[in-house]
Amino acid sequence: MSSLTSIQGLRSSARAQRRFGIAMRLIIAAILIVFSIFPILWVISASFNPTGSLATQTLIPRNAGMGNYRELLNSGEIPFWTWFGNSIKIASITSVLALAITTAGAYAFSRFRFRGRQTMLKGILLINAFPALLALVATFLMISQFGDILPGIGLNSHVSLILVYLGTAMGINIWLMKGFLDTIPREIDEAARVEGASDWQIFTKLILPLLRPILIVIGILNYITAYGEFVLARVLLKTSEQFTLMVGLQIFTQAQFQQRWGVFAAGALIGALPIMIIYLALQDQIVGGLTQGAVKG
Amino acid sequence: MTSIPSQESRTAGATSSIPVLPRLMNFLILIAIDVCVIWFLSRLVSLGYYPLAAAILIILVFVNVVLLLRPARPIRWMVIGLALMGLFVIYPIFFTVWVSFTNYGEGHLITKEQATDQILRAKYLPEAGKAYSWTAFKSPQGDYALWLVDADGNGYLAMVGEPLTQPQPGEAGVGELDEKGIPTTIEGYQKLNAIRAATDQNLTEILFGEEGKTIQVRSPSEAAELLPLYIYDPDRDAMISQETGITYQNIRGTFTAQNGTQLRPGFIESVRFTNFRDFFISPALRGPLVRIILWNFAFAFFSLVFNFALGLAIAIMFNDKFFPFKKVIRSLLIIPYTIPALITILIWRGMLNPELGVFDRMLESLFGWAPPWFTDQWWSKIAILIVNLWLSYPYFMLVCSGALQSISEDYYAAAQVDGASLWQQFWNITLPLLLVAVGPLLVASFTFNFNNFNLIYLFNQGLPPMAGTPTPAGHTDILISYVYNLAFSGNRGVNYGFASAITIVIFLFVGVITLFQFRFTNMWE
Repeated sequence: MSSLTSIQGLRSSARAQRRFGIAMRLIIAAILIVFSIFPILWVISASFNPTGSLATQTLIPRNAGMGNYRELLNSGEIPFWTWFGNSIKIASITSVLALAITTAGAYAFSRFRFRGRQTMLKGILLINAFPALLALVATFLMISQFGDILPGIGLNSHVSLILVYLGTAMGINIWLMKGFLDTIPREIDEAARVEGASDWQIFTKLILPLLRPILIVIGILNYITAYGEFVLARVLLKTSEQFTLMVGLQIFTQAQFQQRWGVFAAGALIGALPIMIIYLALQDQIVGGLTQGAVKG
Repeated sequence: MTSIPSQESRTAGATSSIPVLPRLMNFLILIAIDVCVIWFLSRLVSLGYYPLAAAILIILVFVNVVLLLRPARPIRWMVIGLALMGLFVIYPIFFTVWVSFTNYGEGHLITKEQATDQILRAKYLPEAGKAYSWTAFKSPQGDYALWLVDADGNGYLAMVGEPLTQPQPGEAGVGELDEKGIPTTIEGYQKLNAIRAATDQNLTEILFGEEGKTIQVRSPSEAAELLPLYIYDPDRDAMISQETGITYQNIRGTFTAQNGTQLRPGFIESVRFTNFRDFFISPALRGPLVRIILWNFAFAFFSLVFNFALGLAIAIMFNDKFFPFKKVIRSLLIIPYTIPALITILIWRGMLNPELGVFDRMLESLFGWAPPWFTDQWWSKIAILIVNLWLSYPYFMLVCSGALQSISEDYYAAAQVDGASLWQQFWNITLPLLLVAVGPLLVASFTFNFNNFNLIYLFNQGLPPMAGTPTPAGHTDILISYVYNLAFSGNRGVNYGFASAITIVIFLFVGVITLFQFRFTNMWE
């Protein structure tokens, strides 16, 4: 009897210890959550703060109102919707085209055997290991030279910016995609080939539908990268109506950061929201991609 | 790998029988593209952009070879991607290498041809030069002619690009002369009255007469035969002033006289290893550069350690299938990662603002003191590390929790039997196995932070400034933001050459790390 109670006592003490451990960890989690979302709450509060300046802000604003949003969206002085539209446009086009380039390339690397295949794969990875940022001067000069001939693909054009972004489409994501393609058994292709399907038909009709999960992940990461890219856009775009949202916000903050903190906060929130929603909604897929080495800028 | 032969035979044997019409269409499209690109190339060449023209030509040849030759069929799948990579990634790398060996930058922005052309256009009036009084005539098409009268009263007709002539009335369309010896009419031209001629902006620009003996309007009353001020001597690579006889020697892309006076504009010229030598041994630059490099490494290293440590700690803490609210906690903790970095960095800049920002006001009211996040070099470095921690720990949290789940429970069970403490389990099982899995990502993160321009530039633009540096540099500048300042902060003197040289050094460094990463991880299948 006595041994039984002691075991029970041990068990309950273990359970108590575990409960204590969970409670401790929940407290730590709470602290971490405060650390991670405090800036966001602060910005939300700032965006509703009627006085709009950095100095007068409190976490729960007095006389909360939509004044900052009105000033941002309706005053006409900040072309917010133009910037936002530019960002969406550039990110969408870049994301779709880059995905097409990556997928077709990965398909060739996965399904065909040709001389120099390994070397090319490694070379692509090595070349893309050099951050595009480092070649900024050269890229800038090249685009300005383009513009001397065709202004449409020169400085201050979205086309040139998208083209520069697409230059890195044959990058690290090709590895991720190729890895995924390698897991699709070749027998599927062979069977279709026996039926008389061409490479192109096999690719579009058979392989692409199977690739859907990874296409979504890479597509979204491409989108997020292009949407958040700042340096190239800052250097290549010159006039306000061509700016992306990131460039616009950065230039806005350079001029009137402290006085118009509330307006910036409103813009930052609207700008961050689409990406945040995508991320939280698809976090499982994106996390899967990240752990396999996909990149986000 | 046994399947390779069968595939090779398939690839080689797969002669797809594309019908003739689509194939012809493809061929025509290719020709159309070729024609457009070649037109573009010719324009590039005519503007003197030879490196870019060469790059585009190589890419064009490559694309055509791939599309036309049968053995290159697999490459067709990626030809667009490769062409774009060639133009926007590889060419800029080569171009950067080239620029790093030149003096490209402020005062050296044009080619030598363009610069000598501009310098040779300068004129002077030799002492023995002839001066004339002049009368201008203008044709309806906008061409000008001058009627010149020299000191002896002889009349000359001067047109652009032709030698002077001495026509008599009636010849070459010249009408009757008036009492001053000036023709009343010239056929096809209309005489300009003195006021219109004096105010005509074009007139002073035009060189009349034949090349080398040109005549130019110098004042409302005088036109004179001007000679080129400089003559270029290709043997000595120098400009010689005809007026003073001074020789201006080409020194590093500027024609410079012995006494130091220079002819503008300068031009782009190879300076060999000067930029690299400056980077490594210039005493003026050594101070700031050494500090920038040290901080660059420290920043990348500490960012990695802190971000990874916090991410890992969180991952281990919640690596428990039955933990309550696990999903919600994770969603809340990855929020920092879901916002575009630019926005979060700017938010932090506002929050850490001294006096006005929330943190400083809070600390101020609690302790009566708050760190000067932007003006003190150490506090701004700490601020940058804190912001980076906030930005990146969610990434490591996600990556580590994924990797932790792949570590087999058996190891821990065995360790418990042997009586290992939790601490020992962590150091001897968790960490080594985890590092194998996330090692490549750690290296990638190090190189990413090594060039994390966004954070440095957006947070504080590399400030506070270092005192007494020859080129602007700040205490939180890393190499890449220093390069950006050199190349793009127009008002402080751009220096593409030196910026590119630093870029190459970073290139090499990042390349070595990447190769190392390839070597010691199993990325190659």
